[in-house]
Amino acid sequence: MDENRENRFIKYLRKDRLPHIFCAGCGNGIIMNTFFNGMEMAEVDFEKVVMVSGIGCSSRIPGYVKCDSLHTTHGRPISFATGIKLANPENEVVVFTGDGDAAAIGGNHLIHGARRNIDLTVICINNSIYGMTGGQISPTSPKGSYGSTAPYGALETPFDLSELVKSAGATYVARWTTAQPVQLSNAIKKALQNQGFSFIEVISQCPTYFGRKNKMRTPIDMMNWMKEESITKRRAEKLSEEELEGKIIVGEFQNKKEAEFTDKMCQLLESKCTNDKPMATRSAYQGE
Amino acid sequence: MVDFMITIDKNLCKGCNICTEFCPRKVYQKSGVLNKKGVHVPGHEDEDKCTQCQLCVMMCPDQAIKVDEKVDEKDEN
Ligand SMILES: Cc1ncc(C[n+]2csc(CCOP(=O)(O)OP(=O)(O)O)c2C)c(N)n1
Ligand code: SF4
Ligand code: SF4
Ligand code: SF4
Repeated sequence: MDENRENRFIKYLRKDRLPHIFCAGCGNGIIMNTFFNGMEMAEVDFEKVVMVSGIGCSSRIPGYVKCDSLHTTHGRPISFATGIKLANPENEVVVFTGDGDAAAIGGNHLIHGARRNIDLTVICINNSIYGMTGGQISPTSPKGSYGSTAPYGALETPFDLSELVKSAGATYVARWTTAQPVQLSNAIKKALQNQGFSFIEVISQCPTYFGRKNKMRTPIDMMNWMKEESITKRRAEKLSEEELEGKIIVGEFQNKKEAEFTDKMCQLLESKCTNDKPMATRSAYQGE
Repeated sequence: MVDFMITIDKNLCKGCNICTEFCPRKVYQKSGVLNKKGVHVPGHEDEDKCTQCQLCVMMCPDQAIKVDEKVDEKDEN
């Protein structure tokens, strides 16, 4: 297609791999758009962006983006990202992960990344289900929702991921849905600007599994559901637990300043390594 | 005269109709036109109603939509 007639995000994508593999109406594509939009607003240098992901539909996003990327093992993207950030703190390291990847198999890496307050931006695409493997319920599946492993409805209480990561020590936390792309872009902008562990939880649609198993047949049904059930944090604070049943609380959950892990590590090395040799963590890519 | 021009890349569109549903001005319509992959690519005959808010560009999961200003050639000079 004539480049002048192209969508504004195509320039960041590996055109030869498009259209991407995601089902029609899957939220993953909308989250890609909002990421690029937020990145432009934050004036982040695209050349410095490194994307890291685990395993899952959502984790396939970095493979379509024209930047350095790492598609790692299930649940471990934050560990790989920690290594990339420490090896070269100049990198703008962004993790794309699913609710299964981040909160089930990778739950421990998630809370410890947050605890360390290492400067990563983690975008967790929470579609309340395991999409890639055929619709098993995940640690964020709402109570009573159906999945292939919960034919009678999920019995367990789901994680509130944003609250969990906030409690674990993240310095920026926000939750929005794919039906609020403007607010979501803005949150991604702030997350990228935050010098510390930033967590964006995006409630997203998996029409193929979550939708089909939960009587929302189209992506539009799912997005209307998210739009209708969303309630801002400020409004939610005035409501009782019963009134909040089934609601999606959106907004900013944390935004504070605290010492960042890579900085602390570099300072430690600077103070302890007194042999006049250049610092490994800073010199590897910067020369002498 | 300046107005707007919408392009949908037929090779990228998967026919989810998110644009049809969420455009605040109802510029898009479901269509019977099939692309090569058997996808119904929405129509946009009502382009004149477009306010260029760019919401459809943000919401199209397949990066298929471009909305921009159309400069009428007759008025260009
Ligand atoms: C060690 C390991 N265990 C299990 C799997 C199978 N597996 C692949 S993706 C996935 C879950 C993906 O769910 P989520 O992270 O929510 O991503 P989604 O596909 O919904 O975007 C699982 C269990 C695997 N690949 N590796
Ligand atoms: S299975 Fe679900 S999450 Fe995976 S691409 Fe399809 S709609 Fe998206
Ligand atoms: S939102 Fe995009 S992919 Fe979906 S129907 Fe519209 S143009 Fe096609
Ligand atoms: S730019 Fe806004 S008004 Fe114009 S078609 Fe897109 S969503 Fe509709």
